[in-house]
Amino acid sequence: MAMLSVNNLQVHYGMIQAIKDVSFDVNEGEVIALIGANGAGKTTILHTISGLLQPTRGNVMFEGKDITKIPAHKIVSLGMAHVPEGRRVFAQLSVLENLKLGAYTRKDKTEMEETLKMIYQRFPRLEERKNQVAGTLSGGEQQMLAMGRALMSHPKIILMDEPSMGLSPIFVEEVFKIIRDISAEGTTVLLVEQNAKKALTIADRAYVLETGNIILQGDAKKLMNDESVKKAYLGE
Amino acid sequence: MSSFFSYLINGISLGSIYAIIALGYTMVYGIAKMLNFAHGDVIMVGSYMAFLAMGSLGLPPVVAVLLAVVVCTILGITIEKIAYKPLRKAPSLAVLITAIGVSYFLQNTALLVFGANTKMFTSVIKLPPVILGDGGVNISGETQVAIVVCIIIMIVLTTFIKKTKAGQAMLAVSEDKGAAELMGVNVNGTISLTFAIGSALAAIAGVLLCSAYPTLSPYTGSMPGIKAFVAAVFGGIGSIPGAFIGGILLGIIENMSKAYISSQLSDAIVFTVLIIVLLVKPTGILGKKINEKV
Ligand SMILES: Nc1ncnc2c1ncn2[C@@H]1O[C@H](COP(=O)(O)OP(=O)(O)O)[C@@H](O)[C@H]1O
Ligand SMILES: [Mg+2]
Repeated sequence: MAMLSVNNLQVHYGMIQAIKDVSFDVNEGEVIALIGANGAGKTTILHTISGLLQPTRGNVMFEGKDITKIPAHKIVSLGMAHVPEGRRVFAQLSVLENLKLGAYTRKDKTEMEETLKMIYQRFPRLEERKNQVAGTLSGGEQQMLAMGRALMSHPKIILMDEPSMGLSPIFVEEVFKIIRDISAEGTTVLLVEQNAKKALTIADRAYVLETGNIILQGDAKKLMNDESVKKAYLGE
Repeated sequence: MSSFFSYLINGISLGSIYAIIALGYTMVYGIAKMLNFAHGDVIMVGSYMAFLAMGSLGLPPVVAVLLAVVVCTILGITIEKIAYKPLRKAPSLAVLITAIGVSYFLQNTALLVFGANTKMFTSVIKLPPVILGDGGVNISGETQVAIVVCIIIMIVLTTFIKKTKAGQAMLAVSEDKGAAELMGVNVNGTISLTFAIGSALAAIAGVLLCSAYPTLSPYTGSMPGIKAFVAAVFGGIGSIPGAFIGGILLGIIENMSKAYISSQLSDAIVFTVLIIVLLVKPTGILGKKINEKV
């Protein structure tokens, strides 16, 4: 059984249908890439999975449980974290305060302190700047913070929405390296990217989204060699 | 000189009451992004509760104040649930009009229940005045208590927001509701809590106000409510230290104008100063630019 499955999802913004009929699965331990052009509906899908949006039809199952109607703030403690598009760190709060908010639903303080230590090991820059206000970090550092903040909830699955967007090449490399590390440590990853090449390199499987429908799916390596994918998304 | 000092202290005291009310405006604005124009009328309800508790029930002042706080807290949460929550996604103008409607509703209900005639409020404060400078400066118990209470509230509130999880959740919600929700913060619950705190403070402000200026009618909350709103804008709406500074300055300006210029013109002067401040710094003294993220 898949860890996360999205079944016949339809999502509307008022009269506009952003997601027409989308189904896909994420198995435990996988890195799944969801690629597609701007406006294809990638963010809408992630928001619907994590409960910020309600679908008009279809459902989202997580570890065998229907989470479609569960409000976003209760989904976190089921083991799902979401690194939103545009990072959305709390700009007026310090780095440490942001990280602590990531662990908002956790009760055990000593466990939380341990996670914090691990996150500081992975992102030494965050420890150096723990008392700095998040709004004054660079884009790349904010992305690290957004990822660290999501990891603070100790998730089983992490959804990431365009983590490399707008970053310098060095940070892009770093972001993808971190995603690999997170995956290697056993966390399942659902990655939304416009940087299809990089996403397909680290993904196990991928889905290609076009105007609210999945038009292609399969093994990431195979998709990378697919002529239509090469043309439309890899710029070859 | 000693009369100047008296006016100053009394201005700070009046300003302390404005500041306590302004905190409710500014917190609700910061977190729910709405102007709760019924806030002033919650003050009036709190004052009536304290008045009835002491007068009709003969309860001691401390108990009367507690009762007023409890009633106003429940009232604030209820108003939010019934009137504002269904409009969470509505245009801000609809919310504003609803808030004005709630304000009239509270005033008219008070008119119906308590009648139109002005009641004489018995001060809850039994502290003796402090007399300085050979009797030239007389600081009443009410004046002293308002200042001390305001300072205590500021310290407790700032610590609460900085040090507790619920306080941090408030800051998160005020910056980005969606991101806060993704952290596991119950946004609706946090908004409720904000209304609860603001309304509890309104009850305290009401009792302090009526103790210093002992008349009570269904319209008692209206003018202080507007002044406190001005104070909140003055200091930078959404900012807690801003509400404090705005309130104190407003109280001082109002009292000084009354003393040295004209008591009829004092309100006009207050608003003129506000306009000048907003022309120079549109976000208020401590206001930050609010980036409206979608
Ligand atoms: N808040 C919104 N209101 C109305 N339409 C929206 C809203 N957000 C997104 N859309 C529309 O839904 C479609 C999918 O958007 P989105 O999920 O953001 O795409 P992506 O993340 O793939 O770039 C687009 O056509 C977009 O214009
Ligand atoms: Mg997007």
